[in-house]
Amino acid sequence: MTATSIAAPRSPRRMRSRTNTELYAWLFMRISGVLLLVLVFGHLFVNLMVGEGINALDFAFVAGKWASPFWQIWDLLMLWLAMIHGTNGLRTIINDYAERDMLRMWLKVGLYTATAITIVLGTLVIFTFDPCPAEAAAHLLPSFCPAP
Amino acid sequence: MTLTAEAPVQDSPAAGAIPSFQVTLKLRRFNPESDTEPRWEEHTLTMHGTDRVLDALHKIKWEIDGSLTFRRSCAHGICGSDAMRINGRNRLACKTLLKDLPLDKPVVVEPIKGLAVMKDLIVDMEPFYSAYKSIMPFLVTTGNDPSRERRQSPEERERFDDTTKCILCAACTTSCPVYWSDGQYFGPQAIVGAHRFIFDSRDEGAEQRLEILNDREGVWRCRTTFNCTDACPRGIEVTKAIQEVKRALLFRRV
Repeated sequence: MTATSIAAPRSPRRMRSRTNTELYAWLFMRISGVLLLVLVFGHLFVNLMVGEGINALDFAFVAGKWASPFWQIWDLLMLWLAMIHGTNGLRTIINDYAERDMLRMWLKVGLYTATAITIVLGTLVIFTFDPCPAEAAAHLLPSFCPAP
Repeated sequence: MTLTAEAPVQDSPAAGAIPSFQVTLKLRRFNPESDTEPRWEEHTLTMHGTDRVLDALHKIKWEIDGSLTFRRSCAHGICGSDAMRINGRNRLACKTLLKDLPLDKPVVVEPIKGLAVMKDLIVDMEPFYSAYKSIMPFLVTTGNDPSRERRQSPEERERFDDTTKCILCAACTTSCPVYWSDGQYFGPQAIVGAHRFIFDSRDEGAEQRLEILNDREGVWRCRTTFNCTDACPRGIEVTKAIQEVKRALLFRRV
């Protein structure tokens, strides 16, 4: 028989160090999931259904969208939420199925590196995108570009 | 006094006869003294329509091979000793009628998964019990004890009625894929045990229990796969209970 871990009566109650990480991660999955439903289907609808639909999709279309702060923020939100949502999902899968500590650590290092690179690169592209590159043919460019 | 000599009761096979049939049991056996790996063993028996898987196991143990080892106490679905994996699903052997199983194939009987097998169908239940102990499965109160019983309205009792039915058979916990891959997870049963006290109006330890279940290996590891609800031989809505604990943690409202 091992000693039971039942505290003596009226002993001061030991509270665990309160960390709500898993709670927030769980909550984030729910909220970002709902937001992503709106963002992703809104994105698909605007790109593929409205107007000429998929036929309108070219460099000029994307450049035109990213000239507006509304779509910049839309795409930025979609990028961040989808990346963090997916990363957290993979993190839980790694926690569930990678049993060796070292393997678990390296898988997570790889995962977080890939996520960080994608988020930084994506954010950079959204904000530093040049809709009117200098040497491009004029018919490929959005209409607001100054004539060369 | 009229005493009529009754005709001797005839042992006629037609009256009240129970249909009998052949059933093949495929057992996963492991003897730690001689085996390094578990092995499969098949027995074909003549059983009756009223027989359960437990009766078939008894027949093997009592008439064919006395070394077959399994747990059972009451044999009527109350003690929770004989949870095992029957045809890939966690059931109580004493509540599973043979006639309800597909008898054209062997009935596969294995020990429950996720706990170390000690012999044949017996697993080491200690990790399961220690998870249950860690959520403090007893009434926690403050102040002086009342001089009479602690009163509770039927509505307050109804709040946690479902989770009082638990018999600690481990069918839910050992059907959980998260528990299979991570023995640190409390498992559905411990959360059911905590739910029973968290939502009890007489209990004052809810905050502590919620804190324990808010742990890294607590309720947040639940993936809502409903395996536990499917497995529960008492029909407890286990996944619902887990979700109620999550909600209580989220809003700190019990």
